Amino acid sequence: MKEKKYWPPYLAGIGLGVTLLLAFVIMGRGLGASGALMRFDVWILNFLMPEHTASNPYFSRYIENPLSNWLVFELIGVIIGGFLSGALAGRLKLKIGKGPNISSKMRLIMAFTGGAIMGIGARMARGCTSGLALTGGASLALGGWAFMFAVFGGAYALAYFVRKLWI
Amino acid sequence: MAPFFKMGYFGEQTSFIIALVLGVSFGFWLERAGFGDSTKLAAQFYFKDNTVIKVMFTAILVAMLGIMYLTLFGWLDINMIYINPTFIWAQVVGGLILGVGFVIGGYCPGTSIVGAATGRIDGMVFVLGALFGMFVFGEIFPGIDTLFMAGDMGSIRLPEFFNLSTGVIGLLVVFMAIGMFLGIDWLEKKFAKEEAK
Repeated sequence: MKEKKYWPPYLAGIGLGVTLLLAFVIMGRGLGASGALMRFDVWILNFLMPEHTASNPYFSRYIENPLSNWLVFELIGVIIGGFLSGALAGRLKLKIGKGPNISSKMRLIMAFTGGAIMGIGARMARGCTSGLALTGGASLALGGWAFMFAVFGGAYALAYFVRKLWI
Repeated sequence: MAPFFKMGYFGEQTSFIIALVLGVSFGFWLERAGFGDSTKLAAQFYFKDNTVIKVMFTAILVAMLGIMYLTLFGWLDINMIYINPTFIWAQVVGGLILGVGFVIGGYCPGTSIVGAATGRIDGMVFVLGALFGMFVFGEIFPGIDTLFMAGDMGSIRLPEFFNLSTGVIGLLVVFMAIGMFLGIDWLEKKFAKEEAK
């Protein structure tokens, strides 16, 4: 099957916005992503080293039934929805997305590094682009807007210096 | 009257099913926009593709205006909605760190999940990196808890902070978004022209 084109940005934005609005109307809360990853993290850590996890002041916040949580179910839905959309458009393909001037190995190292930096940032900010910027942005939370501008500020400021990764 | 869950119309079990359904829709639209592809996401930071900003701010406008509309007619109680608490310094520093991770790694947490779900190996590795980063955060937490708590302002919203009505703030956000949509398209054309020279 030939890969179909992505849908226009404003259309996708409306779809995303309606989804977010429904979350507020039905649940009284927005969407999220990093919170569920944190809970998965604690679930694994609790297997590997239960005493250490329980005594850590941050992990212990999530230690009670870490996976029995609204965000965890929502993120499972994201995996399903992303997969379905990709399948319907012929975009399911095992490959490495990277710029033209970087090796696959380097790209994967950078993906891990960027992910790790983002994991630290998301926990420091109490949310990520979904749970804080999008959700807090729509509900006009001051912290959500401050965070959003900081994200774009940080990314644009560093972009020039890491341009070899992408262009 | 909404929000339905907080009004007690259904219980936690049902809420998990709703979470799953909303998540499917969330993931579907993220993938439709092209957010499963790190090169498309990163292109935003080089003025080559404005999808990230367009999708994000359109979504914010739709949800924001929807909340305002429903509140105005008394169908939604805004006081029962979860408002992200503001810890201004923690969130500015966290945002800068996250932005750096975004341009190096090419994803944010939600989009990396979509990338991984559609077979992007860099997305899968990014998720592993994020899990590792969160583990590191927990390990160093005792040393950085002061920053984590810095700038506690409670669940404050823009109308209260700027002492303006919600309607005025909404209008300003709409103007800002439209200005940004026009501005980024202008910048994209400008950079494309300069590269062609």
